[in-house]
This record gives sequence, structure tokens and C-alpha cells, in this order.
Amino acid sequence: MLLRTVLIRLLTTAITLFGVAVVVFTLVRVAPGNPIAMMLPPGATEQDIANLTALYGFDKSLPHQFVIWLSGVVQGDFGTSITLRRPVSELVLSRLPATLELSVMALFIAVALGGFVAVLGARRRNSATEVGLDLSSGAVLSIPDFLWGLIFVLLFGVLWPVLSISGRIDPRIEFDFTTNYYVLEGLLRGRFDVVGSTLGHMLMPAMSLALPLAAMIAQLLKQNLKEELLKDYTTLTRVRGFTETAVILREALRNAALPTLALVGVQFTFLIGGTVIVERLFAYEGLGNMAIDAVINRDLPLIQGIVMLFAALFIVINLAVDLSYTLLNPRLRHG
Amino acid sequence: MADVTASPRSRAGQGLNLRLWLPLTWIVILICAAVFAPLVAPQDPLMQDLMMERLPPFFMDGSEPGFWLGTDSLGRDVLSRMIYGARIALFVSVIAATTTCLFGSALGLLAGYYGGWWDRVISRLVDIWMAFPPVLFAVLLVAVMGTGLTSVIAAIALIDWTRFARVIRAETMVQARMDYVDSARIGGARRLATLVTEILPNVLPTIIALLMLEMGIAIIVEAILSFVNLSISSDDPTWGSMIAEGRGAIHFAWWVLLFPLIALFFSVLSFSTLGEGLKKRFDPVLQ
Repeated sequence: MLLRTVLIRLLTTAITLFGVAVVVFTLVRVAPGNPIAMMLPPGATEQDIANLTALYGFDKSLPHQFVIWLSGVVQGDFGTSITLRRPVSELVLSRLPATLELSVMALFIAVALGGFVAVLGARRRNSATEVGLDLSSGAVLSIPDFLWGLIFVLLFGVLWPVLSISGRIDPRIEFDFTTNYYVLEGLLRGRFDVVGSTLGHMLMPAMSLALPLAAMIAQLLKQNLKEELLKDYTTLTRVRGFTETAVILREALRNAALPTLALVGVQFTFLIGGTVIVERLFAYEGLGNMAIDAVINRDLPLIQGIVMLFAALFIVINLAVDLSYTLLNPRLRHG
Repeated sequence: MADVTASPRSRAGQGLNLRLWLPLTWIVILICAAVFAPLVAPQDPLMQDLMMERLPPFFMDGSEPGFWLGTDSLGRDVLSRMIYGARIALFVSVIAATTTCLFGSALGLLAGYYGGWWDRVISRLVDIWMAFPPVLFAVLLVAVMGTGLTSVIAAIALIDWTRFARVIRAETMVQARMDYVDSARIGGARRLATLVTEILPNVLPTIIALLMLEMGIAIIVEAILSFVNLSISSDDPTWGSMIAEGRGAIHFAWWVLLFPLIALFFSVLSFSTLGEGLKKRFDPVLQ
């Protein structure tokens, strides 16, 4: 039964991925504007245009172009960027680490902050503190990441300029990176100035992405904690002499966490989607920022590559969440 | 402290009223600003005056009377641009949210009631759509369709229909199993007639709540697209283009960012508070 469920899930994932490829390809090909004309210097001959059109495969029929493009994509070849004149896969992979580090940091902040507020709310349940926490998480939730980013730009850019509001790292730091995982590589090579500067630049964009998710976690986890705290086993733990906080952390949290884990899994993809505009806002050199530049410059192969990568990332994360939820939840396992 | 001792019921009642009246007040202010923009705006929103560039707002030294919230780097009045910006924000939010709502709800009703292939195709489309990061998708769509308000509205509808389709589909499935639907069918009503006259009225409250939420989302999406300069021309006053300018001039003229941000903030908060309130109000489980 379990194997069947997994196989069906894998098959639908493949269909979705194929659908995404069709949509991306179609959209990008119906875009107006001749990208070839933009690549050539003034005074290019008809022959130059024809050569370049053939080079990029624009002279073939649309289904034919799709097959060529897709067979390349399957082999990891996303074509060549028109404006940057480098392989799309190379460009995209050079920016992916920045976006991944930012997303993971935001996820950590969201879980830590949301978890803390949930435990605090459950600890002080049915008090003014709980009402206050509920009201503020409700308000935090309805403000999207873009607005949080702008608020942080104003707060830290103008009122209290302790953090930089642009870029990924202090440009004065000299460091020869072999990967683009600045935080990870800085840690491994013991360069804590690199780590500190990168984290400092990431803090505000990460907070902007994290706050709405943190509020969601706080609401859901607190609700589940409160339900657990009414059950007999928690009373038993209290009778054994544990403090209320210990009851929550040692017993209730473990049983209340599963719905929150599912929520975090699903919402993580939305968080990654949010990096596009937040990176733009903080001039952070990640994939999202590159994507918007690509759209403005009509760099079709680059846009295709970035959108495909984001979509694949979303689909794989959703698949992983679904499968691990099936494995973790005994009721679904035998269902 | 008084409200801590008050009974939970009256406290909830007070909260509900404030949550209704504060957002409504803000939306009425917005509508008035949009409708009467030429009358209430102190300056021409497009007028540039390089002698008047980056004037601070009225409470700071160096401000000029008539330019209450200061001017931007081209000497244009921030308050007047905000008032005219409300026109575009409201226009996009109403038209885009309604279009999205009609399109998404129709698909949700069809998938939920007819099931079978309708449901399979629509659900698969929703899955594919959910795999795209929404902002990137919006930027891409506008780049494909060309900049301008029509593209912005079309992009919002083409992306967010899934929000309606998913929820309305689930809701319709629940309603379709109810006895009243069977009795209508036994009474001789055709399927489409049953869907429109029996099921639709029962899912309408959810549709209206989602529509409210979508208005807030549409305002944000328009602001984001103006921010990356893909909405209407950056000379036209939109909150997003003002914010983009303010972000660029953050160290010289922060007020160009602050005031449109406040307008955007209250608008989004108002629509989402109203939408969430309606959702809770109509949800039988929460009553």
C-alpha cells in the first residue's frame, strides 16, 4: 500500500513538472520583442541575424524548439544567457547558494520565533498575555514579506543604521571563495569576519521572510499545545512534579509538533518564492534578483532556467514533505 | 485593565466592532481620496520643480507650506502623488480581484460539482500553477504581455485564480453531498441549474470573504510590479513607484518611502482584517 502511494505520488510529480516545463516554454516564446536583434551591434547584416537565429534554434517550429529545449534541460543544459553570454546552468548555480542560505536562515528564524511565542502562549494560556500574543501574531500574519522588508529598510536604513541594507557581504572583506556558500565556507575555514558580515547582511531580508511564517507557526502550534495540555498524560506529568514549562517542553511539544511540521513544509516553498522580491529590495545577489534583471532585459533562456529551477525546488520540497508526513504519521501509513 | 475583568463575550463583541469599523473607515477615506483626487490634492502630482526637490515634511525644518508630506528628488509633491496613487491602487484591487474571483470560483464550482475529468484537469492545473513562485510568475507574465495596468490585472487573475478554485472546489464538494441538493435534483432541476441556484448561494459567503482578501493581495502585487517598474509608466503616481524612488533615495529623503508605505500598510491590513472577519463570521464551526 505504502509503495503504491509513493509511486502514484512520484508519477503525479513528474506530470506536474512536465506541465511546468510546457507553461514556462510557451510563455517565454510568446513574449514580444526579438531577443536576437538586441544581441547584435548596430550595423549587423541579414546573414549575422540568420546565423545567430539558427545558433539559438529560433528558426525551427515551436514543438521542435520545445523538444530541443526539453532534451537539453533533462541533461542539465538550459542554453546560454543572451545578456551575460554564459551557460544558464552555470549562472543559476552560482546564485543558488545565496538564495538557499537566505531561505534556510529565514526558516530557522521563523521556527525559533514562532515556537517560542507558541510555548509562551501555551504557558500563559487564558491570560492577557495570550490575548496580546494572539492579536499581534494575527496582525503580523496579514503583513506580507515585501512590506516587512520596506519597514526594516526604513528602521535600519534611517532610524538606527547598524545593519547594511544592501548587498550580501561587506565589499571590503577580502576572501577567495571556492564555493558561493559564504556562511558555510566561512564557518569551515574559520573566517568569522566573513560569517559575521554575511549574517549581518542576511538578517533583515531573512526577518522579512520569516515574520509571516513565524506568526502562522505561533498560532497553529499554540492551539495544538493547548489541546495536548488538556489530556491525561500531561496531568500525570504535572502530578510527578514537573513545572508547567517542563510539561510543555518535555511532553506536549513532541505530540503537538506534527501539524506544525506539515505547515512548515508547505509554507517553506512560499517563503522561497518570497525571496524574489525581498532580494530585490535589499539588493541581495541571489536568484530572485537575477530573475528580475533577466525579465527586464528579456533574457529568455535565463528566465526559463530560473523559473524551472524554482518550480523544481517547490515540487521536490512538496514531495519530500508529503512522503515524510506519510512515513511519520502512523494513521496515514496504514490508511 | 477593565477589559480583562469584562466577560469574554463582551470583549469579543468590542473587538469585532473595532475590527469592522477601523478597516471600513480607512477604505472609505481611500475611496474619497481616489474619487475626489483633483479636489483634495494640494498640488499637481506630475509637476516637477527642481527648485523644490527633496523638501522635508511639515514637521521638519526647511519644509514649505503646501507640500505637507515633502517632495521627491524631482520636486513632486508626495501627498498629491499618494492621493492620485490611491486611484490606481483601488482600481487595480477592485477590477483584478473581481476578475480573479469570477474566473477562479467558476472553475472551483465546476471541479467540485461535476468531479470526474473536470476535477482531474482543474486540480492538475492548480498543482502546476502552485509550483511557480507567485512574484516571479507575475513579473514574467507582465514581461510577456507588456507593461501597463491591463497586464497587471491580467497577471493577477492568471496567478491567483488558484486561491479561489481550491477553496471553492472543496466547499462545493461538501455542499454537493447535502440533502437539499438531492431534493432539488429529484424535484427535476437540471445539474447546471442546481449548481447555480442551490449550491452557489451557499458558497457565496466564502467567495465574498476570499474576494476581500484578494483585494489586499492585488494592491500588494500592483505595488510590487510598480516597484520593479513593470506596471504603468514610472512618471504616473503609484505607491509602488514612489516606494521604489524612496528606496533609492533612502539616505536623503526617507519620507518619499515612509508615507506611501503607510498607505499601503493600512490598505493591506484593512482588506485582510475584513476578509478574515467575514471568513470567521461565515464559518459555522467558529460560530
